[in-house]
Amino acid sequence: MKRHDKHNSRVMGAVARVRESRSAMLGLTIIVLLVLMAIFAPHLSPNDPTDVRLGDRLISPFTESKYPLGTDHLGRCVLSRLLYGARISLAVGITVVGISTVIGVTLGVVSGYYGGISDSVIMRFVDATLSLPSIFLAVVIAGMLGRGLASVMIALVAIEWTSYARVTRGSVLSLKEKEFVESARSLGARDSYIMARHILPNIIAPVIVVATIGMAYVILAAAALSFLGFGAQPPTPEWGAMLNAGRVYMRTAPYLTILPGFAIMLLVIAFNLLGDGLRDILDPRRVVVE
Amino acid sequence: MIDYILKRILQLIPALLLVSVVSFSIIYFAPGDPAETLCTGPDGSANPKSVEEFRIKMGLDKPLHTQYLIWLNNVLHGDFGYSYQSENPVFDHIKKAFGATFKLSVVSLIISLAISIPLGIISAIKQNSPVDVACMVGASLGVSMPNFWLGLLLMLLFGVYLHWLPVAGYGDGGDLEHILLPAITLGTGSAAITARLMRSSMLEALGQDYIQTARAKGVSERIVIGKHALKNALIPVVTMVGLNFGYLLNGSIVVETIFGWPGIGRLTVDSINMRDYMMVQGCILFVAVLFVAINLLVDISYRYIDPRIHYEAA
Repeated sequence: MKRHDKHNSRVMGAVARVRESRSAMLGLTIIVLLVLMAIFAPHLSPNDPTDVRLGDRLISPFTESKYPLGTDHLGRCVLSRLLYGARISLAVGITVVGISTVIGVTLGVVSGYYGGISDSVIMRFVDATLSLPSIFLAVVIAGMLGRGLASVMIALVAIEWTSYARVTRGSVLSLKEKEFVESARSLGARDSYIMARHILPNIIAPVIVVATIGMAYVILAAAALSFLGFGAQPPTPEWGAMLNAGRVYMRTAPYLTILPGFAIMLLVIAFNLLGDGLRDILDPRRVVVE
Repeated sequence: MIDYILKRILQLIPALLLVSVVSFSIIYFAPGDPAETLCTGPDGSANPKSVEEFRIKMGLDKPLHTQYLIWLNNVLHGDFGYSYQSENPVFDHIKKAFGATFKLSVVSLIISLAISIPLGIISAIKQNSPVDVACMVGASLGVSMPNFWLGLLLMLLFGVYLHWLPVAGYGDGGDLEHILLPAITLGTGSAAITARLMRSSMLEALGQDYIQTARAKGVSERIVIGKHALKNALIPVVTMVGLNFGYLLNGSIVVETIFGWPGIGRLTVDSINMRDYMMVQGCILFVAVLFVAINLLVDISYRYIDPRIHYEAA
């Protein structure tokens, strides 16, 4: 019971400090707003995001109340597509970061706790991946697996998990030497108990920091891959793909280039702001983030 | 020092093995049989007999690990195979494309440093002033801005509206007019990172005792900043230059595609789209080796420039 209270107060302290950090709060506010927009996209969208109306092609924003942000080259409502696009970017980000966290933390704990050969093999693999050009690797993997969001997510997980493994391993190594782990071990606690009760709760903070900044990276990279044509395929309202389709009409309809790019930047900057803020708050020793 | 370099080179082996396995397996991602894929030219599929001949000639009938060793041996001898699109050696294409990428990277780097170093210094000297805040907000924007979006916005402003610069293309062997927009696009992201580093490095240098001493003995502020602080603050930034090259190389894949710049990034994307597997293999292998080599040089130079840095056994 006592430990529980202590843990709670630490969490509350972190929450209070997030409130004090202006940039972290700004990031968090933007994220909450965009998440709400994504959840309520069906209610907020004035039109169906994939509804093609060739009679309403390339209507400029703020000219017709039916299409507040205008229409694209197929007469689809830009506002509706942007709202649904938030769902895709957030879903891709959460999926990739979630799977990467599970893989990375598991392998990182194994690597750091047991050491030995498994540690050498895992860490050589992590170092090897981190020393390669990530975007090139992702483009080639996604391109070879075939177009589509699933390929993009596999390619990004293949790269992303390594950061979590490295951070987790580092934290586990320092925790292993702590007195409370030593004493648990001398009291005869099993490895699985020590890992679940003593190691995992203490690596949550650095992993949250890596995951938040990882969201920014994954959302940006997924949009880039879709922009290059390897990710979401038409008619999916994905922001990167919208940007790619819209750039052909740059001269006549520049808003098709400006709006989706702005949406991507807004979401990415929000996660970066929150991540930077959390890093300063949660980890005074600073986590090394690749 | 020699020991250190040798150790770092040995540490590169897993990375090189990993990338060689990834690029080797690319051919097996292709739908159907690799021999058929490689024999299929622009005129359509080859006849079964020549496919079989090719299979034996290339050793594709042998077990997988033997195939890998044969392939690795060829690659180590500079034989990356032939592009089925152009039927020229893959390595010739890569050499040519790398020239364009190198040119773009150098100009981007110059732009990046020309923006980031002065801004970082000013931010540090005028810490917490409106100038500092503006620079750091700009840096945050620069880090988070998708480079493909920035590229298109610059294209829109300077190409479409103002007509100052060509919208895209390589021009006459990559002249200054054509290189500016892609180079600014590519340089902005690394400028944002470098400016942050320059600022924090300068702040750290300004907080040192020797700065206090210099000020106390009446050295003018200009010399304190320009000579004493800057010299030391530049060390980490100079070593960042190498890392920047890696960053630029990574960014080139998007920027070159947007601006139609015939470099290695665009070659990779085009080859994937054309299903030119040998070319994709060659590209990823070349870029990865280059990337790894740059990282190695950065590490060595870091140790060379700043002898205080001591590497523990990894």
